[in-house]
Amino acid sequence: MSNGTSELYFTFRPENAALKAKIEELSGENIDLCFQCGACSSSCPLTSEMDLLPSTVIRYAQLGMEEVLESKTPWICITCFNCEIRCPRGIDIANVMEAIREMVLRTKYDKFTLDELTPEELRELPQIALISNQRKLTA
Amino acid sequence: MRLAYYPGCTMKTDAKNFDESTYSAAEALGIELLEPTRWNCCGTVHALAKDNVMNYLAPIRNLIRVEQMNEAELVDDKRVVTQCAMCYNTLKRANADAKADPDKMGKIRDFMEKEPNYQGSVNVVHMLELIKGLGWEEVKSKVVKPLDGLKVSPYYGCLLLRPREYGIDDPDHPTVMEDLFEALGAEVVDNPYKAKCCGAYHAVHLKEVAADLSYRILRQAQEAGADIIVTACPLCQFNLGDRQNEIKKHQREFEGIPVVYYTQLMALAFGKEGTGFEQNIPDPVPVLEEKGLL
Repeated sequence: MSNGTSELYFTFRPENAALKAKIEELSGENIDLCFQCGACSSSCPLTSEMDLLPSTVIRYAQLGMEEVLESKTPWICITCFNCEIRCPRGIDIANVMEAIREMVLRTKYDKFTLDELTPEELRELPQIALISNQRKLTA
Repeated sequence: MRLAYYPGCTMKTDAKNFDESTYSAAEALGIELLEPTRWNCCGTVHALAKDNVMNYLAPIRNLIRVEQMNEAELVDDKRVVTQCAMCYNTLKRANADAKADPDKMGKIRDFMEKEPNYQGSVNVVHMLELIKGLGWEEVKSKVVKPLDGLKVSPYYGCLLLRPREYGIDDPDHPTVMEDLFEALGAEVVDNPYKAKCCGAYHAVHLKEVAADLSYRILRQAQEAGADIIVTACPLCQFNLGDRQNEIKKHQREFEGIPVVYYTQLMALAFGKEGTGFEQNIPDPVPVLEEKGLL
């Protein structure tokens, strides 16, 4: 590969093995099963809000690349499980997204806290929205 | 038939109309629903990280309550009926995972040492599965006011159908709600977005994103000629119904469409009080009056 991006996309660096192993351990998924068909990305309803397609997140995870921890995509993923019922390799992609979120949250990071809402917004929202949001987005 | 019923938090506040109409519909079908005396949060979202056992405590504690109800012979069997799609999914998955993993079950039992051990005997079911099990002829026999001329667009959302092994119906071609509304005498209108996400908890911090997803669902139903959209989840109901004012800010030509819970239409067709339509946003009463149903 002559172009740097492509090289990045195809080369596994041994020093990245720990990050990949952590993602596999937390998600319980064998991410090497993915052969980049893109079914997850084409069935995802939220790709327009993402910086990396779901299939690209899986590829980066296979390569243990730290970029997955900085990506917007795991936070935009709302675990609707559309990708899971489509993946021909049987990977529970939502579990991989959760593993990445957890790795970031466990550094005591909160993606969003309710302090950012106005009292009117807080009153309007049902508990089911607030609790699920906070369960997914706070440490 | 006396069965345990786990309502969940939102059914007692923003979705009182879902709770109230659940009791009305169940009564008409000869089902007595009994809530555990002390239920707690279901956990809301299932813990997908493999090392997260903490998030199992809330759902499993509720299942212990159901085993206790059964032991006290308050209910006929070890089923627990749920309505909210998120409660259903969380209880169902926690139950299945804890039963399949003795190590996890052991940790859960150790942590809740003051509780009786969970025996893993509870079966989590959704109200729609229960109704389907009665048979559509049985449902039809209870109808006193057929929903003639009402064009209904069912909306399933995510967690009733996915992941596949925990869904109540075929995730690609669900029919349970379609069959129900046909039994109630309504005309079913198909919506290709009926199992697409409404935006769920993005409603909290990514309002516009959730509004955009919900708008696609509403627009498809309207283009198919629906009078009304039907949901089975308080969060879908909020995003598709209550948030229509937010959608109108971005979609000027959007005129709105009523959204109700499926049990509200059941209560109506069964001629019961307690439909709870006064709590719905936007107001479904005008279209129901126009069709001669109210």
